[in-house]
Amino acid sequence: MTTTLTPRRSRPPAQPASLRARRLPGYAAPALAALALLVAAGIVYGVDLGGPVLVVVLGAVLYLAGLFVAANAVEGRRSARNRFWSALIHSALVLAVLPLASVVWTLVSKGTARLDGDFFGSSMNNIGARDANGGAYHAIVGTLEQVGIATAITVPLGVLCAIYIVEYGRGRFAFTIRFFVDVMTGIPSIVTGLFVLAFWVLIVSPWFNDGQPGFSGFAAALALSVLMLPTVVRSTEEMLRLVPAPLREGAYALGVPKWKTILRVVLPTALPGIVTGIMLSIARAAGETAPVLLVAGGGAAINFNPFENNQSSLALFVYQQAGEASKYSPARAWTAALTLVVLVLVLTVAAKLLARRNRLGR
Amino acid sequence: MAKRIDATDVTAYYGGFKAIENINLTVEPKTVTALIGPSGCGKSTFLRSINRMHEVLPGARVEGSLTIDGQDIYHRDVDVTAVRRMIGMVFQRPNPFPTMSIFENVVAGLRLNGVRRKSILDEAAEKALRAANLWDEVKDRLGKPGAGLSGGQQQRLCIARTIAVEPQVVLMDEPCSALDPISTLAIEDLMFQLKDKFTIIIVTHNMQQAARVSDRTAFFSIEKTGDPGRLIEYDNTQKIFSNPGQKKTEDYITGRFG
Repeated sequence: MTTTLTPRRSRPPAQPASLRARRLPGYAAPALAALALLVAAGIVYGVDLGGPVLVVVLGAVLYLAGLFVAANAVEGRRSARNRFWSALIHSALVLAVLPLASVVWTLVSKGTARLDGDFFGSSMNNIGARDANGGAYHAIVGTLEQVGIATAITVPLGVLCAIYIVEYGRGRFAFTIRFFVDVMTGIPSIVTGLFVLAFWVLIVSPWFNDGQPGFSGFAAALALSVLMLPTVVRSTEEMLRLVPAPLREGAYALGVPKWKTILRVVLPTALPGIVTGIMLSIARAAGETAPVLLVAGGGAAINFNPFENNQSSLALFVYQQAGEASKYSPARAWTAALTLVVLVLVLTVAAKLLARRNRLGR
Repeated sequence: MAKRIDATDVTAYYGGFKAIENINLTVEPKTVTALIGPSGCGKSTFLRSINRMHEVLPGARVEGSLTIDGQDIYHRDVDVTAVRRMIGMVFQRPNPFPTMSIFENVVAGLRLNGVRRKSILDEAAEKALRAANLWDEVKDRLGKPGAGLSGGQQQRLCIARTIAVEPQVVLMDEPCSALDPISTLAIEDLMFQLKDKFTIIIVTHNMQQAARVSDRTAFFSIEKTGDPGRLIEYDNTQKIFSNPGQKKTEDYITGRFG
């Protein structure tokens, strides 16, 4: 018998006599938490170190340690680890939700001050630093038009590109396209703005603008679509790959041509996921400031025409109002930010509902 | 409605790997032919090459000649979709289209090939569902999703979908391997009825099933892993299971194989 080859094994755990074991009472965890907070408060204020935030942090650490020790003493090692990690996971959840809730709260509490008809019904035209009114009508129009045009450009292009990559692309060419789409994902928005500024505004648009470079909402839409494209392509690609191959084969076996299989079987199956990806890219584009600033220029007046003259957008409006030296402008900025978030939320919910209506209810 | 299939020296590849070699076999109209053999012996590959589903996989190709009533399936001028409409296929796992209702699933083949008239679709759906012994179970919920049916019902739905386009030949790739015995029985009964109209070729791992449903049985085998599958014996089912001509066949059906 060689001893080197047999792995060293600890003995199997002894069979317990009873299936029941000692448990911490139900009040133990909350009591421990309260105790930990008290001790933490005592320490923090005793040494005069910091404020309530430190109390909570220290209290959480003490609670975790105390819970582990108590559970280890009463319930045993396995159970103590279980409690420790559960508490840790829940704390991580709280930590993750905290900033989100804080953002929403700040937006709502500060954004409701100017939530009036004036804000949605008027622009910033002829509004001076001492005027309390003024609104974001022009910015809302700009955001809707720019994002709308960008979506109209990106969605067909992106979805078709993803279909090519997944269903038709073979070999080096498809691989190259995928690679460059990945590279595009990492392009900062200011760079796409500069690209459109150099290419569209300064070179192309003078041709049909009497030789003058033309800032426009459409130029902003172009920049936004460059930003949206990689997200749409990649998310659509992932969703198409998730459609099981037997579904495609099932359609082929009925004598259905490939293009019709993609259009009538593969795309509908992947639709909810594709819509989610598109909405994510729309949300990102709606929040972009830099490209709009560079190629649409912003502006205080209402301009419905995206192909001529300056346009603003909600994100740009927030940026400009936040930097304004008027005591009324921060309130406008907060309300515009709230409007932007609600707008994206409404769009997302609407798109999800539309995509779901296509699927059959159980 | 049923046609005869002739395979001559059919060899199929997956990229550089030769999966089956020199298969010669004739399937008579209105019969059930069972393809049996150990895993990896190429029965499914052969089945898929009959309606040109083999070439769907990248790098896969077929050599040799396959004809249906004398027409070469692999001729350069042949429209693949026409072949597949003539030779339908039922897969191992039921694959109803998840976004479609029961009704839409059944008529998917017709609708996606351009049939629009509601009356034609209604009639075809009822006929196919009746032929697949599913009509009574689903007639009140044709608008419900096909994926909500049980496994056995889904498989019969897929059979209904296949026969709704009125093919000449129906290929079945282990259609019962994911089903319980009662659903299996339902599908075997169905094969008996379908035999009157269609030529049926079925791949199965279940030798009792082959013995029960088929008129002719083809036994495929491989020498060892990596070798191409070959047709060892092809004869009347009765003969194969009672008095096989080859030692290998006998070993396999009596359970003495590798």
